[in-house]
Amino acid sequence: MANALVNVPPRARRGDIIEIKTLVSHPMETGYRRTQLGAPIPRDIVRRFVCTYNGAEVFSAELHPAISANPYFVFSTVAVESGTIAFLWTGDNGFSVTESAAIVVD
Amino acid sequence: MERRDFLKIAGGGAAGIGLAAIIAVEPARATPASMEEAIRKVVGAAPIKPGRIKIELPPLSENGNAVPLTLSVESPMTEADHVRALHVFTEKNPLPEVVSFRLGPRAGRARVATRIRLADSQTVVAVCEMSDGSFWSDRADVVVTIAACAEEL
Repeated sequence: MANALVNVPPRARRGDIIEIKTLVSHPMETGYRRTQLGAPIPRDIVRRFVCTYNGAEVFSAELHPAISANPYFVFSTVAVESGTIAFLWTGDNGFSVTESAAIVVD
Repeated sequence: MERRDFLKIAGGGAAGIGLAAIIAVEPARATPASMEEAIRKVVGAAPIKPGRIKIELPPLSENGNAVPLTLSVESPMTEADHVRALHVFTEKNPLPEVVSFRLGPRAGRARVATRIRLADSQTVVAVCEMSDGSFWSDRADVVVTIAACAEEL
């Protein structure tokens, strides 16, 4: 089971810029490695990451094999209203993980 | 045949074989030309100016499998003037593309960090796309002691 870790401040003042950190457990197999017998290991990577704030997309990333295993992103968003910040990772072989965090904005 | 001539030919032949071996062993990898092509695919014909974006990478990285990368752009991040996207490219990885980020005025601050793989000591290029359609870039040279993608399973 793939795991995701997200770090979102639980409270913020309206208009504050909050920092979000995300980590998802994934090997990010490049497709360029071979086993000791010489058989190529097929590519298996996370292709896309999207962060939505109460349904509106605020940040996204398109990943290539050069992203390290267990993709880690740090980015920011403006705290506009209380609600949910949701995260979605999708990739090869039907990989799909969602995570969300609640935020209270005063 | 003079001994001298023989040595010349033998030496040349050995060097040739050495070169051929290097070429045969070298896996497919991006070159500055293919990086340029990948950048053009994203940017189109628009001119890319140096500046505004800053790429932070350690100058010396022990492990090419996880090199911390931070991109930041001086931008007010308002509706009228913000960073639309950030793209990262490499010269010598098997693929020139590394990652593309899309952000907008709701980011508040144009600063993104992640960890990337580097197959060799090389130049990493970051390009940012502003809301007015202009493109800016920065580059960083990294020395990698243990390359990514070298190990076997």
